[in-house]
Amino acid sequence: MTLAVDIRHRQGEFELDLRFETGGGLVALFGPSGSGKTSLVNLIAGLLRPDEGSIVVDGRVLADTATGVFVPRHRRRIGYVFQDARLFPHMTVAQNLRYGRWFAPRAERYADFDRIVELLGIDHLLERRPGRLSGGERQRVAIGRALLASPLLVLMDEPLASLDDARKAEIMPYLERMRDETKIPIVYVSHSVAEVARLATDIVVLDNGKVAASGLTSQILQRLDLLPEEERGEGGAVLEMEIAAHEAAFGMSLLKSALGELRIAGVNTPVGEHVRVRIRAKDILIATERPRGLSALNIIAGTIVGIRSGGAFADVALNCGGEEVAARITRQSCDMLGLAAGQSVFAVIKAVSLDGANTWQGFDGAGVRERIVGEG
Amino acid sequence: MDWLLDLTPDEWRAIHLSIKVATWAMLASLPLGVGVGLLLARGRFWGKSLLNGIIHLPLVMPPVVTGYLLLLGFGKRGPIGAFLAEYFDIVFSFRWTGAALACAVMGFPLMVRAIRLSIEAVDRRLEAAAGTLGASTPWVFLTITLPLILPGIIAGMILSFAKAMGEFGATITFVSNIPGETQTLPSAIYTLTQVPGGDAGALRLTLISIAISMCALMASEVLARRAAKETGLQ
Repeated sequence: MTLAVDIRHRQGEFELDLRFETGGGLVALFGPSGSGKTSLVNLIAGLLRPDEGSIVVDGRVLADTATGVFVPRHRRRIGYVFQDARLFPHMTVAQNLRYGRWFAPRAERYADFDRIVELLGIDHLLERRPGRLSGGERQRVAIGRALLASPLLVLMDEPLASLDDARKAEIMPYLERMRDETKIPIVYVSHSVAEVARLATDIVVLDNGKVAASGLTSQILQRLDLLPEEERGEGGAVLEMEIAAHEAAFGMSLLKSALGELRIAGVNTPVGEHVRVRIRAKDILIATERPRGLSALNIIAGTIVGIRSGGAFADVALNCGGEEVAARITRQSCDMLGLAAGQSVFAVIKAVSLDGANTWQGFDGAGVRERIVGEG
Repeated sequence: MDWLLDLTPDEWRAIHLSIKVATWAMLASLPLGVGVGLLLARGRFWGKSLLNGIIHLPLVMPPVVTGYLLLLGFGKRGPIGAFLAEYFDIVFSFRWTGAALACAVMGFPLMVRAIRLSIEAVDRRLEAAAGTLGASTPWVFLTITLPLILPGIIAGMILSFAKAMGEFGATITFVSNIPGETQTLPSAIYTLTQVPGGDAGALRLTLISIAISMCALMASEVLARRAAKETGLQ
């Protein structure tokens, strides 16, 4: 998918001035509340009409004030998963799910009911009314409803924001399956680094109505300065790694990467497959010499590329085997060790900090759309 | 009990006519009621409060005034009445259709009010969601808005029907009190109270009137509850 946005739009006091082009399987719109994420999504969906500018998805012009094009929302074929689900209260779950089907052109109805119901694990809810669903179930039905309209693009506006951690954990795997097993491009709004790191292939960072940065997830999450202060430690390197072996005796998995060998708690992915691992900047220790007598399993040699300090923290950019890895330590430790650019150091990473939640199946850009496409 | 069931032909006719007039008044004003309800709830246009005021006038004016205005406008020599009679062969004056018109006008503010309130209560974000799923505006209205306002529409219909069953002033002023043609239940009761020996008949019709109104109210309760269940609000 490619998404090209060049928009100026005013809403009361708030002004949106955005210009970016992005692609990939799942684009995250990332930024603090009030940065214009939801407005942008509403502009893409056609719920808002831009004051000036254009929106183009995969070469299809959805809105362009210069030529007077404005495709109405019901002709855009863009699925929208709202933060508050917005299921129709007077219909059963099954009726909600089937609602969009009738409006999609017959030849382009690719979504298969049974497969999507199975993908989202909602087959036991079909006869229920939305009023009788839990928050997590409601959100899964909303995702299914959007998918079953056979959309060309799916927008998700903080679909997990109204849920507690347990419910988030419940839905996250479905989102991952959706990203990996369907080929439908997704634009995903979030202000959570953890969600974005786990799901996104590309990130557009918004700040106060403007684009602060955009690029691949692995690049953006390294730039801790782009992340909100309280979540800066959540950022870090996002690396593609191959499963080299599983060590059943200890329940560990061995990963091969540019960094060298890395051990993490066992994952289900078969040997030879790739996983992506997020190494949180705050989970990295820096040692000036190879440490001994340490429980941490992963010790990686690298060189300091740059140091940015401010407040109590110092963000150290390391080059480990050609990959950039960000580490966040206190300014005090940085001074104590006398760290400086060009210095050779060791990055120490506890295997425990690379648990399953930080590890996910990579999006290879050629997912299996067939999974939700019916035979007929 | 015999005196209660032993209705004269005129009394039967009055009951039959009242139900016919009220049903027609209710059904004929329904599409307009939904339209005006939508306009008042959603529309943004110049003169909205004026329209609102005009619709509510029959509620606050003496019914005789409404009836007289109808006579002036829809009577044989009234501008609208003459036009309709000439081109569409529709005559209101001194016909049961005129009684239905008078009842519809009198019940209209009640109907519009109920429908308008229910439209204002509809979550418009649901309509936006339906739009993103591919539904055009008319489809959104038919599949989302209409089912959600069904309880309000039923309430409006029952109010209109009940008002029509009890309407007296505007009807008698506009279409008079002709047995079999424009003599509805209230007019018949009024007539019976004006003649010697009519007390028994007046009481009979009064009880019947109460029974019909109670039935309508209970029917509305049942329908509204079912509709509320259908719309998932209960």
